[in-house]
Amino acid sequence: MTDNAIQVRELTKTFGEGRSFLGRERHVVRAVDGISLALRSGETLAVVGESGSGKSTLARMLVGLEEPTSGEMFIAGRDAAGLRRRGPRAFGKIVQYVFQDPVASLNPRRTIQDILEVPLKLLNGYDAGRRRARMTELLDAVHMPADTLNRYPHEFSGGQAQRIAIARALAAEAQILILDEPVSALDVSVQAQVLLLLQDLKRRFGLSYLLISHDLAVVEAISDRVAVMLLGKVVEEAPVQEVFARPQNAYTRQLIASAPKLRASE
Amino acid sequence: MTVATSSGPTPAGSRNQVSAWRLLLNNRLAAVGLVLLSLLVLVALLAPLLPLPDPDATAPAERLQPVLSQGHLLGTDQLGRDILSRLTWGSRVSMAVGFAATLVAAAIGSTIGLVSGYAGGRTDNLMMRGVDMLMAFPYILLALAIVAALGPGLMNALYAIAIVNIPFFARNVRGVTLGLSHAEFVDAARLSGKGHLSIITTEVLPNVLPVIVITMSTTAGWMILETAGLSFLGLGAQPPQADLGSMLGEGRAQLFTAPQVSIVPGVMIFLIVISLNVLGDGIRDVLDPRLRSGALLRPGPRTEVHSDRAQPANGFPSAVLNVEGLETGFVRNGHYSSAVKAVSLHLHPGECLGLIGESGSGKSVTALSIMGLVNSPPGVIRNGGIYLHGDDVHSMPDTRLISCRGSRVAYIFQDPLTTLHPMHTIGRQVEEAISAHQRLDRRALQERSVALLERVGIRDARERAKHYPHQLSGGQRQRVGIAMALANDPDVIVADEPTTALDVTVQAQILGLLKELRRERGMALLFITHDFGVVAEICDRVAVMKDGVVVETGPTQELLADPQHDYTKRLIACVPEIGRGSDFLARVRSVFDAGNKP
Repeated sequence: MTDNAIQVRELTKTFGEGRSFLGRERHVVRAVDGISLALRSGETLAVVGESGSGKSTLARMLVGLEEPTSGEMFIAGRDAAGLRRRGPRAFGKIVQYVFQDPVASLNPRRTIQDILEVPLKLLNGYDAGRRRARMTELLDAVHMPADTLNRYPHEFSGGQAQRIAIARALAAEAQILILDEPVSALDVSVQAQVLLLLQDLKRRFGLSYLLISHDLAVVEAISDRVAVMLLGKVVEEAPVQEVFARPQNAYTRQLIASAPKLRASE
Repeated sequence: MTVATSSGPTPAGSRNQVSAWRLLLNNRLAAVGLVLLSLLVLVALLAPLLPLPDPDATAPAERLQPVLSQGHLLGTDQLGRDILSRLTWGSRVSMAVGFAATLVAAAIGSTIGLVSGYAGGRTDNLMMRGVDMLMAFPYILLALAIVAALGPGLMNALYAIAIVNIPFFARNVRGVTLGLSHAEFVDAARLSGKGHLSIITTEVLPNVLPVIVITMSTTAGWMILETAGLSFLGLGAQPPQADLGSMLGEGRAQLFTAPQVSIVPGVMIFLIVISLNVLGDGIRDVLDPRLRSGALLRPGPRTEVHSDRAQPANGFPSAVLNVEGLETGFVRNGHYSSAVKAVSLHLHPGECLGLIGESGSGKSVTALSIMGLVNSPPGVIRNGGIYLHGDDVHSMPDTRLISCRGSRVAYIFQDPLTTLHPMHTIGRQVEEAISAHQRLDRRALQERSVALLERVGIRDARERAKHYPHQLSGGQRQRVGIAMALANDPDVIVADEPTTALDVTVQAQILGLLKELRRERGMALLFITHDFGVVAEICDRVAVMKDGVVVETGPTQELLADPQHDYTKRLIACVPEIGRGSDFLARVRSVFDAGNKP
């Protein structure tokens, strides 16, 4: 159990349960339907699926932004239900989240310093001097200049904003990062640099990644194992080479075949 | 699309905030309001220091003196009190009560709105129904009832007015908060360890503040008016205290014998309220991001073309579409800056040309310039010729250009959910596209529209035609978009990132459909994308754009296999490909390392 950064069993999330005001039964959507997964420490597990497959709901449950309807979650060996009772800070210290749209995930009316200080102060309890030093270190780790601190999010491009968002996730000093489509809003050359950065950070800080993505090529480049999701269920889970070389499930094969390739005739 | 929205306003954002004052003063009406209001406020503040007679000192011997009489500039009232002095002191009271009521209403209303919008669910329901109940009464009636219950007096009038105005703040603030409370940065703050109170005050409130200020500036005038109204009815200021409303009420009896007694406070109320209102409108225009981005500017039917543009000759007479030396730019704050420069592209009949570039490279502006669809203002076509079958598009008269749109050059856009009308069935929208260029009776229109929907692969097209866009999946909506583009058998289709918003499996289907249609109908396709994989699938030739310039053009496979320009090389190296595995990162690393130490 302790080898696993994240362990979920029979995790289910349904939306719209219960009855409406007039007593009619509501339409129930099973966004996540009995998923069991494990993210080993130090590895990158990719969760692949198309829109509506439930992969973002899964990710939001893992950081405590959504409450599962049923099932068990263990994060860094601790029961998530217990963590939830202790409030968002308990979650934030062990698992962090990187959002798809970096610009939307930074408050437009606060400086980068305001944004980065919050986790350092609230989650780690650092004093002002230590916070200052740590912020410089973090910006350095994501290759951003130190004068970033006094600027506002709209002054940065998408790639730079994503670096800042990654710095914020690192500030919590959590060992597990949930990356929700971290590069799909970025241009290809920026995407490549951010992927490179994520890889370096993982090695440097000994992180474990759960990467949510719809882009199989990105997944193949940086993950160790892949779980393919379809309509709330995991239909295939295997090491990355195996999934791409010998996909077992028909849907996985279709996904791989649909991905556009640079050299069409091969 | 990407260029106009992303590269335009973002860098200007910081300057906009600094120059909010200047923007406000640029609005002449608002500036007049500001000056007038400052003057009035100044006089009211300085009332104790001004050499004015006691406003409450009665002098029955000098009652109802006319304006400009000795010692009394504005005359005296029915008790012989100096009107100028009472006016100054009265304005002071009225404004103080009005502004205080605004602040109280803003504080309470915004708090209700923030809590209700942030909490959502049952709390929201309960609080908003309470606010609805406040709104259900005619508000002056409600104010009267409150004063009646509390007893007449200035303070009670203030409470009444504040309470009556709470709903305006609560509803406006709640609407904005509701959207913000699901914003990603709020989730991010929660994960950073912030509690609810701290999120509301430090994350949500700063973003809601402009709405509160706008609401305050537009309701303050009303509140002063309402204060005067209550005093007029004798429920606000009590005699002998002067207040604009009570002065007006007391002067009413002398309206015919001494009209100045009621006209003077009346004019004062008018001046205060009108200056507040024009200033409030000005503040709203400055702060409302929707107005600032120019949403209220109505673009003309076609992009403005500069009068002395350079127009190169048509170098490819056989091409169905030929763009020669196009330069399109935007005018902002009187300064022109170009978005694309010297772009030359040509499309032979039946050919597919890919236009590829990163965000901000100018590919969408190029595509929209072809049919003059860049919004003007601020867009201007500065230079260049666009030849459609040899005719220059931008020399055509409006009617001819408009008749070419859709019939000879049709567009497919990125997000069909925003290009389809949400309130019309898809069948009707396709019919509309057909009837824009062909006169057919209802029956024939319907048949054509169903046939088109069938052609683009919508099953049970006759049934599906009755559906609305939101009932369709993203891929099906894009098929409808394609059906509309095909409606009049155009020679050229310009597809602007048509598959970017779609899942890969759906993308593969849509690309297959486009390929098939191109072969079947012999249309030329200008395909705009940022994805080299998509280009490889569908395009015969590719043009690579960077910073508004085409840096390289060539046949697709040649260009992909052997890119010449450094930028293209780097771009292609950064495309992850299935089958490369983790080699990809090593390759990218070498590209960027090489780039860092030249």
